[in-house]
Amino acid sequence: MQNIAPLNWRRFPERYLLKGNYCENCKQAFFPPRAICPNCRRKGKLVSMEMPRTGKIISYTKVYVPPEGFKNEAPYYLAIIELENGARVLSQIVDSEPEKIKIGAKVKKVFRRIGEPDKYGTITYGYKFKVVE
Amino acid sequence: MGVVIVGAGITKFGEHWDKAFRELIAEAGIKAIQSSGLRGEQIEAIYGGCMASGRLIGQEHIGALIADQLGLNPIPSTRCEAACASGSVALRMACLAIKSGLHSIVAVGGVEKMTELNTEGVSFALGGAGDQEIELFHGATFPSLYALLARAHMHAYGTTEEQMASVAVKNHANAMLNPNAQFHKEITIEQVMNSNYVAEPIKLLDCSPITDGAAALILCSKDKAKELGLKGVEIVASEQASDSLALTGRKSLTELRATRIAAQKAYEKAGITPSKVDFAEVHDCFTIAEILAIEDLGFFKKGEGGIASEKGKTSLKGKIPINPSGGLKAKGHPVGATGVAQAVEAYLQLMGLAEQRQIKNAKIGLTHNVGGSGATAVVTIYKRFKG
Repeated sequence: MQNIAPLNWRRFPERYLLKGNYCENCKQAFFPPRAICPNCRRKGKLVSMEMPRTGKIISYTKVYVPPEGFKNEAPYYLAIIELENGARVLSQIVDSEPEKIKIGAKVKKVFRRIGEPDKYGTITYGYKFKVVE
Repeated sequence: MGVVIVGAGITKFGEHWDKAFRELIAEAGIKAIQSSGLRGEQIEAIYGGCMASGRLIGQEHIGALIADQLGLNPIPSTRCEAACASGSVALRMACLAIKSGLHSIVAVGGVEKMTELNTEGVSFALGGAGDQEIELFHGATFPSLYALLARAHMHAYGTTEEQMASVAVKNHANAMLNPNAQFHKEITIEQVMNSNYVAEPIKLLDCSPITDGAAALILCSKDKAKELGLKGVEIVASEQASDSLALTGRKSLTELRATRIAAQKAYEKAGITPSKVDFAEVHDCFTIAEILAIEDLGFFKKGEGGIASEKGKTSLKGKIPINPSGGLKAKGHPVGATGVAQAVEAYLQLMGLAEQRQIKNAKIGLTHNVGGSGATAVVTIYKRFKG
């Protein structure tokens, strides 16, 4: 079985702080961070950047049949969120009334445990989002 | 240099408790060689599509395994992997091997053995087609990724769950006429609508099944086919495009850009427009995927795929028959074999060998194979070759 601890550790800045990057040449933000700007290639200038913590729902679904590690949570909502700088993230939507989860709804980032602990007891944390009024 | 399919073989698709991975590919390969009229000794190389044998049955090193099972050692044999598009990528690599002038007779295989794991295990294996770190990590499943695409399409164009259901109903009806299909059972819109949600708005009967199966083709350079007096089906274009693994990396959620780009290039290479295509086998892993495909391939305007499906324009007798074989939905979806199986159907239709589901006067066919949620797309165009 895969030991997820090193992966988990490498991704702390992304998963805890929504850290991505930004190209100063074309002004596009990337999450997760990219090694090269696909628009500008070698003319691009990438700098590290925390993403905004608010955005809106672009699409969503309610998952009834969960994968391994998410049994306790099903059914749950997943959404594609466009953050205020245009970068997109896929995340669970939690702590929200179901009728308010719709395309265009404003959401903000919260910090949560992701999935169930694995066989070795490793607990992973990261971002989820909730609908704001 | 042109490439011609001169032989094709396929196993029955379904739950093969009595057959192993190696037996499935051997059966399809032997059928393909026999149907070509060539001898195995004439084959110079093999390209095999297989997505997830490592996770599904613990077996890697599939290229050499296929050559050995077909008794074709020591010719070079190479596995190609591009998730559910593995089969079409193998076919394309074989075309390139012939077009390069290196080989003149090449075998293509596609195979997957999926029923040896429980549903959770298979879901985990197929999850490898998505982005593990930013999609699967958050609890995404494949149905949920296509559900996100479906919701965006419904929101933008008013596509309905009933329209998606009509795709499943049509493909089950086509599969009734295909003896190799996994399902021989007609279903109704009501049955689809009443099946349980897997990931809203996708229901169980919107999903393709878990399938064992294999398919194979024998390809020959056009010159060699003429020299040997072989008839067949010419591959006039095979184009491939890529996109981000994760949906969040895409500019649009209402199209698969890789499909659109691969299709544009393929039409250009074949010198045709979409209206010249007589039938297409498209990648309907979920019903919304067929709706996206028939729009992105240019058969219908963006946003009109749902209504076209509902009105029967994609049925066997419609404006453009889509998935005459029953598609992934009802013929079955042994992931690594699917692209090759689509090409087998194109071959049978264009050779006039498709029996009860034969499309009359079919001259030009198209296949469309997608990896993951659209990170790889391959579009291939075929026409009859009379030697």
